[in-house]
Amino acid sequence: MAEVRLGGVTKQFGAVRVIHGVDCTIADGEFVVILGPSGCGKSTLLRIIAGLEQQTSGQVFIGPRDVTLVEPKDRNIAMVFQNYALYPHLSVFENMAYGLKVRGTPRAEVDTRVRRAARTLELEALLDRRPRQLSGGQRQRVAMGRAIVRDPQVFLFDEPLSNLDAKLRVQMRVEIKRLHQSLRTTSVYVTHDQVEAMTLADRLIVMNAGRVEQIGTPLEVYTTPASTFVGGFIGSPPMNMLSGRLSASGDSVELGDTAVALAGAFPTHAGRPIVLGIRPEHMSIGGRSRLSASVELVEALGADTLVHATTGSAKDIVTLRLPGDARVDRGQRLAIDVAPANLHVFDRDSGQRLGR
Amino acid sequence: MLHERSWHAHLALVLGVAVFAFPIYMALNGSTWDAGTIGGGRMPLYPGAEAAANYGQAWFSGEGARAKGAPVSVMMINSFLMAVIITLGKVAISIISAYAVVFFAFPLRMFFFWMIFITLMLPVEVRIIPTYAVAANLGLIDSFAGLTVPLIASATATLLFRQFFLTIPDELVEASKIDGAGPLRFFWDTVLPLSRTNIAALCVILFIYGWNQYLWPLLITTSPEMETIVIGITKLVSTADAHTDWNLIMATTVLAMLPPVAVVILMQRWFVRGLIESEK
Ligand SMILES: Nc1ncnc2c1ncn2[C@@H]1O[C@H](COP(=O)(O)OP(=O)(O)OP(=O)(O)O)[C@@H](O)[C@H]1O
Ligand SMILES: [Mg+2]
Repeated sequence: MAEVRLGGVTKQFGAVRVIHGVDCTIADGEFVVILGPSGCGKSTLLRIIAGLEQQTSGQVFIGPRDVTLVEPKDRNIAMVFQNYALYPHLSVFENMAYGLKVRGTPRAEVDTRVRRAARTLELEALLDRRPRQLSGGQRQRVAMGRAIVRDPQVFLFDEPLSNLDAKLRVQMRVEIKRLHQSLRTTSVYVTHDQVEAMTLADRLIVMNAGRVEQIGTPLEVYTTPASTFVGGFIGSPPMNMLSGRLSASGDSVELGDTAVALAGAFPTHAGRPIVLGIRPEHMSIGGRSRLSASVELVEALGADTLVHATTGSAKDIVTLRLPGDARVDRGQRLAIDVAPANLHVFDRDSGQRLGR
Repeated sequence: MLHERSWHAHLALVLGVAVFAFPIYMALNGSTWDAGTIGGGRMPLYPGAEAAANYGQAWFSGEGARAKGAPVSVMMINSFLMAVIITLGKVAISIISAYAVVFFAFPLRMFFFWMIFITLMLPVEVRIIPTYAVAANLGLIDSFAGLTVPLIASATATLLFRQFFLTIPDELVEASKIDGAGPLRFFWDTVLPLSRTNIAALCVILFIYGWNQYLWPLLITTSPEMETIVIGITKLVSTADAHTDWNLIMATTVLAMLPPVAVVILMQRWFVRGLIESEK
């Protein structure tokens, strides 16, 4: 087990730069999820850690060792691929044993280790089968078995569950979590599935267009998004973003002709254009609010009711998450109330968070 | 709809088979009559009684009333060795070059690929004179090396393996890298076993290709001990006299057909699998 550290890692494919300088440290035993939209460079970053892709500049450390120029096989990592990448002509046992065999592990030890891994993953009955005789979930488990038998310092997962159906995905997610809790091996897990990310991660790395937008625990990332991108990417439905302008004193926001008071003050940005972020569940109706909106669409989901409405003056679309028993009708005018502590203020030009 | 038509389809197939099978039947039939009956142009459509004599003569001496040739047994062994060496050589060379072209990034890789590809457009006949000159200078005339080596380089087989290797997912290559396998190990442990069916199918095709070689053996062999069966048959036919030993020729022809047929029958299961299925 070891920590993983990236220092100023960049990657260019020809003239196109896809990773723009990533610095981060993944602690020993931590489960870190890299989350971001498609094409943002998650897989590329993971493959750089694995050594399958050579970075253009920057360094990679695993434990105290600089592995920047080390071959994948000598990095002491194991990787689980999206398409499982099992050897089609080998049995489940041989698939799991292959890495050990290549490394010249004595036969008896290979046997014990594979059987132990098979027991952990409930693959004992399948050891003699070929991959094509297995279901998707079983193949995924074999792929994980192949990773754990080698007892590497780091596990790397690239969207390992995205080929499974929804139910199996939930089940495997729980299994991966449990596995990590018993093995405590440093893990880096790439996904674009928010729920997977939130439930598995000790910490999240949110990426956008080759840059790290925010690193933090799932709750931190949710409650204090570092940018409009993170606010909009994490959470479903996403955070509402309203364009406005800070007042001259910097302690309230002018949204069209209404003014909304803030919990804090931002005198340095007084008078500047900002974006006001509000989570759907932090909006309620009634109270003393001056934010008015008219209802466009109501989605009753049972536990919650999602209300899509356009705000009076600015014509922004907002989504409210109301309790399931809320009675709202299309066309109705709503007075929306938000506690000042739940207002997120972002700089409009840079998208960076200013505060609450 | 389809079912109604199957009667016609069957008829067409039966006719087709009859057209293709008739010459073979005639060869089989001819090998059972004596030379006089065939030569007189009155050979019946039913088998005669000379089969044992004809086959025995062809197999052990190869000498007819007029024709002078090597015994079929010698020619069969020559042909068999030639076909096997060509097959194994072609498979080995082409699988290795396809492996290099697909899995390694080296300077001028595409150049080399196109060089191999272009040789597809040059049939043996086009380069036969220079090839002969080189082989003769190297002293390869009347040797198995001379018979086989110039035929071994194969663009077709290389392309076939390349297309197959391109279907091996990148992730499998990477998984193998992480598992610690180097290039040779990956070739031996993963690529080769996955190519099994392709290799088998190719072996069948190449064996027949080698067995049927005519022009090159004709040039490169001169002594009767090195004669191949295909050459032997033509020599039997081209006796200048009116009297041709058709009974012997037919027996030799039938014997010459047996190894390719045996290979196809023995390898049929693999062959079909290689053509229709890729194990992934
Ligand atoms: N071998 C390559 N050559 C050129 N460009 C590449 C190569 N591999 C990836 N890219 C580009 O790099 C960018 C990042 O790709 P990457 O695969 O890391 O995205 P990702 O975040 O994993 O996306 P996804 O969620 O769809 O898997 C993409 O714009 C992609 O087009
Ligand atoms: Mg990816």
